Amino acid sequence: MDLAVVELSRLQFALTAMYHFLFVPLTLGLSFMLVIMESIYVMTGRQIWRTITRFWATIFGINFVLGVATGITMEFEFGTNWSYFSHYVGDIFGAPLAIEGLMAFFLEATFVGLMFFGWDKLSKLAHLGVTFMVALGSNLSALWILIANGWMQNPVGAAFNPETMRMEIVDFQAVLFNPVAQAKFVHTVSAGYVLAAVVVLGISAYYLLKERHRAFAIRSFTVAAAFGLAASLSVVVLGDESGYALTDNQKMKLAALEAMWETEAAPAGLTLFGLPNLETRTTEAEIKIPYALGLIATRSFDQKVEGIIDLVAVAETRIESGIIAYDAVEQLKTDPQNLAARAQFEAHKNDLGHAMLLRRYMDDPRQADQAAIRAAAWDTVPNVPLMFWSFRIMAGIGFLMIGFFATAFVLASMRRHETRWFLRTAVLIIPLPWIAAELGWVLAEVGRQPWAIEGVLPTFLGASSLTVPQLWTTIIGFTLFYSVLAIVEVGLILHTIKKGPYAKSADQHPVDEPTGPIPVAAE
Amino acid sequence: MELLLDYPTLRVIWWGLMGVLLIGFALTDGFDLGVAALLPFVARNDAERRQVINTIGPTWEGNQVWFILGGGAIFAAWPLVYAVSFSGFYLAMFLVLSALILRPVGFKYRSKRPDPRWRAFWDWSLFVGGFVPALVFGVAVGNVLEGVPFRLDSDLRSFYEGTFLGLFTPFTLICGLLSVAMLLTHGAAWLTIKADHGAVRDRARAIGSIAALGTFVLFAVGFAFVRFGDLGFRLDPGVDIAGPSNPLRSGTIAAPGAWLDNYTLYPWMITAPVLGFLGSALAFLGIRMGREPLAFGGSSMGALGIIATVGLSMFPFILPSSIDPRSSLTIWNSSSSHLTLFVMLVVTVIFLPIVLAYTAWVFKVLWGRVTLDSLRTNPDLY
Ligand code: HDD
Ligand code: HEM
Ligand code: HEM
Repeated sequence: MDLAVVELSRLQFALTAMYHFLFVPLTLGLSFMLVIMESIYVMTGRQIWRTITRFWATIFGINFVLGVATGITMEFEFGTNWSYFSHYVGDIFGAPLAIEGLMAFFLEATFVGLMFFGWDKLSKLAHLGVTFMVALGSNLSALWILIANGWMQNPVGAAFNPETMRMEIVDFQAVLFNPVAQAKFVHTVSAGYVLAAVVVLGISAYYLLKERHRAFAIRSFTVAAAFGLAASLSVVVLGDESGYALTDNQKMKLAALEAMWETEAAPAGLTLFGLPNLETRTTEAEIKIPYALGLIATRSFDQKVEGIIDLVAVAETRIESGIIAYDAVEQLKTDPQNLAARAQFEAHKNDLGHAMLLRRYMDDPRQADQAAIRAAAWDTVPNVPLMFWSFRIMAGIGFLMIGFFATAFVLASMRRHETRWFLRTAVLIIPLPWIAAELGWVLAEVGRQPWAIEGVLPTFLGASSLTVPQLWTTIIGFTLFYSVLAIVEVGLILHTIKKGPYAKSADQHPVDEPTGPIPVAAE
Repeated sequence: MELLLDYPTLRVIWWGLMGVLLIGFALTDGFDLGVAALLPFVARNDAERRQVINTIGPTWEGNQVWFILGGGAIFAAWPLVYAVSFSGFYLAMFLVLSALILRPVGFKYRSKRPDPRWRAFWDWSLFVGGFVPALVFGVAVGNVLEGVPFRLDSDLRSFYEGTFLGLFTPFTLICGLLSVAMLLTHGAAWLTIKADHGAVRDRARAIGSIAALGTFVLFAVGFAFVRFGDLGFRLDPGVDIAGPSNPLRSGTIAAPGAWLDNYTLYPWMITAPVLGFLGSALAFLGIRMGREPLAFGGSSMGALGIIATVGLSMFPFILPSSIDPRSSLTIWNSSSSHLTLFVMLVVTVIFLPIVLAYTAWVFKVLWGRVTLDSLRTNPDLY
C-alpha cells in the first residue's frame, strides 16, 4: 500500500467533492425558490413575477452547468481513484448511485432544457410543471447520493462474503431507510435552501442599496425572507437530529466533535469553547453548558456519553477479535469448504474491518503485536481540533442565520425593506452559508476517518493501485481547470447582476411598477 | 431467499441492459457529440454556429445522462468492471472527463458575451468536447477487444500494468476512428433534420456522406483485424454460471480468432454486423438524397449494429486480461449479488419506461427546425 498515493487520492477527492458542493446547494435551494416565484406568477398573472422568475433562472442556469460538469467527475471518481472501495462495497453502494441517475438526473436534466427554452412553447401551467420537475429531480438526486453516503457512515443491511471477498447486500430496505441517511438528507437540503435564500436576499439587497430595480428587488426580498426563515429553522433543528443519529453508530465522531476525552457521567454538558490538546489528550479552557449534550445526544438525563479514551479501548478489543476473522478469511480463500474456518469467521465477522486497520503497519495483520494493535486502535480517532472547530463554526453560522432571517422577515412584514444597515449586512453575509456547508462536509467526512466505510473498510485500503505522477497529473489538471471555470462563473454571475432583470428584450419593463402587498393578491 | 429470476438469467439480462444503455447513449448523446465535433466545419459565421448549437441546445443535458447512468449502472451491476476499467484507463478517463466538463460550460457560457474571441474559444471547447470523447471511447473499446493488461491478487485488488501510450495500437486507432466516423454521421443526420435548409445543412450533408462511407469501410477493416489478427479469448469449459462473482475461481485462455466463435454457435447473431453495414449504407443514401428519416434511421441502425457486434462477439467476456487470463472478467464472474441484480432490475423496469416517455414528450414539444430567423427573434436561444 503506497500511502503517498492514498494521501493524494484523498486530496483529489476532497478537492473535487468540495468543489462540486459549491454549486450543489444553490441548485437545491434556488430550484424550489423558482417554483415559488413562478407559482405566484401563474396565480396572479402579473408580468413582474415572470421577470423575477426569469432573472433568478438565469443565475440558476449559470450555476447549474457547473454542478453538472463537476458532478460528472464525481460519478467516475470512485472507479478511477477508489477502485478497491468500488469492488469492496459496489454491491451496495452502486445501487443508489445508479438509481440516482435513473430517477433524478434524467428528470432534472431532461426538463431543465425545456425550462429555459420552453417559455413560448408551453402554457403557463405546463411551464410551472416543468420547473417543478427540475426542482424535484435535483432534490431527489440529493436523496439518493445521501443514501449512499449515509450507508458509508452507518453500513446497515450488508455482510462480508468470503467467496467474493466483498460486502454484499442482505437487506435492501435497511439501506433505504437508514436513519443516518434520512437525517443527512433533511439537514443537507435545508442547508441548500438557506444558502439559496441568502443569495437571493443578498443580491436583492444590493439592488436596493443601489436603488435599482426596486419593484423586482422588494418582491424577491420578501420571498427569500420567508423561505430562508423556514429553512434556517429546519437546518438547526434537524442538524441536532443528525447529531442524535451519531450516537448509535458513530460514537467516536460525537466524542471528537465535542473533544471529549473522558466518558462523562450523565447528563453530559456541551462544550461551548475549548482548546483540544492532542499531546495531553485533554481539552483546556473549557466553557460548558451543563446537561445540554446529554439531552441532545441521548435524549435523556440518565444515559452517559462515551469519551475518546474509552472508545479506543473498545476498538482494541475489536481489532483483536477482527484478527481471528481475518485468519478465517485467509483459510477460506484456499479452502472454501473449510467448516471450522467458516464457523470462526461467522463468530468474528463484525470485527473484520478492524483487523484491516493493521494493514497500515504490516501486510499480514495476524503478525501484529500489542504495540501495533494499540497504535491501530488510536488511529480510530479522527482529527479532533478540526472537528471541534468545524462544528462550532457551522453551528454558529446556523444560529446567526435564524437571527438574520427573522430580522428580514420582520422588516419585510413592516414594509421596511430599505433599512440600510440590514441591506449592507445582507450583502456581506453571502459567503457564510457556503462556509457552513463545506465545514459540514468536513465534519461528516473527516469525522469518519480512518474509515471509508465506518467499521468496515479503512480509507487507505480503498484507493486504486495508481502511481504518484498519475495523481499529480490529474490533481494539477483538475485544479487548473476548475480554477478557470470558477473565475468565468463568478464573472458571468456578476455580469448578469450588473445587467439586471430587464436585460432580455421580452421582459422589457423599464418603468418600475409600484410595490403592492406581497405575495400579490389583488392590486 | 427465493427471487423470481435465477442468478444466471439475471446476469444475462444485465449484460443486455448494459448494451441497451450504451446504445441509448450512442443514439442520443451520440448525435450531440457528433454535432459538436462538426461545429467548426459546418458553420462559418456566428449566426450559423448559433444555429448549429441550438439544434441540440435544449436537449443535450438529458442525453448526457445516458453516459452518467452508464457509469452508475456498471457500478451497481458489475462493480469489478467499474473498478478495474476506470482505474486502469486512468489518464484516458481524465481526458474524457476534461472534455466532457468543457461541453456543458461551452453551451451555457458561449452566448453570454458577444466578444468574438470569447465565442471562438468556446466553439473550440465544444469541438474538443465532442471529438475527444468520441475518439477515446472507440480506442477504449479497441483495447477491451485486445485484452487489458491487469491482474487481480487474492483480495481481488486490481493492478494495471499498461501505459497510456500503450493504449494506441493500429487496431485500437481503427476503432477510435470508426467511433468518430459513426458519431459524425449521426450528428450530420441530426443536422439535416433540425437545421433549416441552407448553408449549414448543405455542409452537414457533404461531410456526413463522407463520414457514412468512412464508417462502412472502417467497420469492415475492424472486422478484418478480428478475423485475421490475433485477437480473442475463450472460456475454460465447466464454468459455474451461477457461481460466486470471483474471477479467480474460473479460467480463460487467449485464443486468436475466438471473437468469431459466437457466430457459429448462435447464427442469429449475424444480424448485428449486418445492421451495422446496412445502417451505414442507408445513412449514406439518406444523407446524399436529403431524405431525413432515412438518414437518421440509417445512422441509428448503424450505431446499434456496430455496438451490438462488439458486445455479441465478446459474449460472455466483459473485460479480458491480456497478461493474466485467469483474471479476466466475464458476465459469470464479475456481477453484483443475486439480490442486487434483482432489485436493480425492478427499479429499471419501472423507471426506464417513464424516462423514455417524458424524454419523448420533451422532444415533441421542441420539435421543428432551427432557422436563422428564430435566432434573431427568440431571446431564449443560446
Ligand atoms: C457517496 C459518497 C460520498 C459523498 C456523497 C461525499 N463524499 Fe466525501 N468522501 C467520500 C465519499 C463521499 C469517500 C470516498 O469515502 C472519501 C474519499 C476518501 C475518504 O475517506 O472518503 C471522501 C472524502 C472526503 C473528504 C476528505 C476527508 C479526508 O480524507 O480526511 C472531504 C473533505 C470530503 N469527502 C468532502 C465531501 C463533500 C464536500 C461532499 C459533497 C459533495 C462529499 N464529501 C460527499
Ligand atoms: C460524492 C458523491 C457525488 C457524486 C458521485 C455525484 C454525482 C453527480 C453527477 C454525475 C451530477 C451531474 C448530473 C446531471 O447531469 O444532471 C451531479 C449533479 C448534482 N449533484 Fe452530485 N454527486 C455527488 C455528491 C452530491 C451530493 C452530496 C449532493 C447533494 C446533497 C449532490 C447533489 C447534486 C445536484 C443537486 C446536482 C444537480 C446539478 C447541480 O448541482 O447544479 N451531489 N452529481
Ligand atoms: C446549529 C446548527 C447546526 C448543527 C447543530 C449542525 C449539525 C451537523 C452535524 C452534527 C453534522 C454531521 C453529520 C454527520 O457527521 O454525518 C452536520 C453536517 C452538515 N451540516 Fe450542519 N449543523 C448546523 C448548521 C448548519 C448550517 C447553517 C449549514 C449550511 C448552511 C450546515 C450544513 C451542513 C452540511 C452540508 C453537512 C454535511 C452533510 C451531512 O452530514 O448531513 N449545517 N451538521
